[in-house]
Amino acid sequence: MVVETVKAAPRAAEDPPPRPRRRRLSGPRLTPYLLVLPAVLLELLVHFGPMLVGVWMSFRKLTQFFISNWSQAPSAGLANYRLALDFDGPLGKSLLHSFQVTILYTIAVVLISWVVGASAALVLQRSFRGRGLLRTLFLVPYAMPIYAGIMTWSFMFQRDNGLVNHVQKSLGLGDGQSFWLVGNNAFFSMAIVAIWRCWPFAFLMLLAGLQNIPDEVYDAASVDGAGVWKQIRYITLPYLRPVNVVLILMLFLWNFNDFNTPFVLFGPTPPKSADLISLHIYGNSFVSWNFGFGAAMSVLLLLFLLVVTGLYLFLTSRRSRRA
Amino acid sequence: MRDPLSFRIFRWVVITVVGLFTAIPLYVLLTTSLKPLSDVQGKFEWWPSHMTLRPFVDIWSTVPLGRYFANSLIVCVTATFFSVLIAIFAAYAVSRYRFRGRRLFSGAVLSTQMFPGILFLLPLFLVFVNIDKTLGSTVFYQTRVGLIVMYMTFTLPFAIWMLASYLDGIPKDLDEAARVDGCNAMGALFRVVLPAARPGVIAVAVYAFMTAWGEILFASQMTNDTTRTLSIGLQSYSTQINVYWNQVMAAALVVSVPVVIAFLLLQRYMVAGLTAGAVK
Repeated sequence: MVVETVKAAPRAAEDPPPRPRRRRLSGPRLTPYLLVLPAVLLELLVHFGPMLVGVWMSFRKLTQFFISNWSQAPSAGLANYRLALDFDGPLGKSLLHSFQVTILYTIAVVLISWVVGASAALVLQRSFRGRGLLRTLFLVPYAMPIYAGIMTWSFMFQRDNGLVNHVQKSLGLGDGQSFWLVGNNAFFSMAIVAIWRCWPFAFLMLLAGLQNIPDEVYDAASVDGAGVWKQIRYITLPYLRPVNVVLILMLFLWNFNDFNTPFVLFGPTPPKSADLISLHIYGNSFVSWNFGFGAAMSVLLLLFLLVVTGLYLFLTSRRSRRA
Repeated sequence: MRDPLSFRIFRWVVITVVGLFTAIPLYVLLTTSLKPLSDVQGKFEWWPSHMTLRPFVDIWSTVPLGRYFANSLIVCVTATFFSVLIAIFAAYAVSRYRFRGRRLFSGAVLSTQMFPGILFLLPLFLVFVNIDKTLGSTVFYQTRVGLIVMYMTFTLPFAIWMLASYLDGIPKDLDEAARVDGCNAMGALFRVVLPAARPGVIAVAVYAFMTAWGEILFASQMTNDTTRTLSIGLQSYSTQINVYWNQVMAAALVVSVPVVIAFLLLQRYMVAGLTAGAVK
């Protein structure tokens, strides 16, 4: 996915007021259910069923001995959760660390991607020569398959033959022998790659939002003597609010669950500074084959995301109601 | 009216910084794919001093790239087709019918987008392995069928949401007229509504295809050597001794170009679909 994305627009809120039912359109009452049936079946099969299995797994001692006969795995009670939340123990400590890294990473990537995307959208909304070409260029990182972009960056970060060290040396900023993909540098390298991949999506969404602002509003403002900056501050940004609510939530969830960037850059065992939570769970499950513990961490992750998303939607909808 | 100086400076800075940030990796990708291995292993150089097309020939024999390509193509085209088809039905129901459970359906489908992929990977792994064991043959685990089923559902929620918003923008009088003319629900959907919603359908299809084409997490665990897709296959250009960076870049270019061109050609539909979805 690209876009392991999210949409949480409360569609039902816009239901039209009840109106006299017209026989012609209502048709057999069964029709809508038949129409959603395939989607429901698939979602049950691949999302909701496995999720329940996952919750069940998290209460079991599901180690490699029980993989082929997993329904026989002995109960673990709350042991997996206790292990994950015991921040003094080694497993809990590394989970907490991974969680902190993920939070930091998500905030940095979302913030910078939004700023870059919004700046580019504002600039490209006004016509000038070369606009079409730039617009095309800016969308390429988003259109490329994820791994192709990340591999390119991985090559640029190589120690001996990479561009980053080459530039660093020619600018006199160092000896050009830095490691970018190990140690603390790995975090920044990973964030840069994610921003490179992410910001064009913000750009695309915001550009779409900008096109929906009626010209008359700007015309009226400029008649009143508002310059470009005032227009951006008082017209453009408020008008973009609904887009921003959705966009920021998508970027947040997308990056928080990011697996691709560290996996392609570092493989299944990333440096400590870049140990994102998805990869952390993956490593604990498929490398050390402790599925029960991995499932418990996944469930905790899901609970966290549910709370954050719920809170976010609540806060944003309340503010827009007051406005 | 001419833009004020401050805005022109802002524009110049944004274009330069963002332009370089975006373009340099693309430039590196292109030029590295044109270098012989010996040059790639040495000091970085901006311009290939011994330009060659050799990497584009070698990529097909160093790893079974053709097979990975075929796998990706089969999986992604099939998943996209069914995902869009199922999304059309569901979106039509959500947009045109008021039925009991409609809110629950939309809410449940959308909430899956929040779930981390890793949450499903472990159970699906176990479920697929066990179904296959019960059936006595490999149907889901490490097969293309398993990947297709998964990729369909990954894109489904966003596809339903985007399409339903799009259909909301198409006047209901259109379906009613079709009904008057003797169409049933399916007839109205396929003959009248869908042609009008073509930009939305294209946007959803592009999105579904791109998502599947770039998926890594499930492809890494749920494929074997014969069913491997490009996203994992491309990582096999490194051996114990060497990383064939020039071939990695050439292969990355080969798998990117068709998707990028398709996206750029269809992106105005994508923008239309996103606008319909996000702005409401």
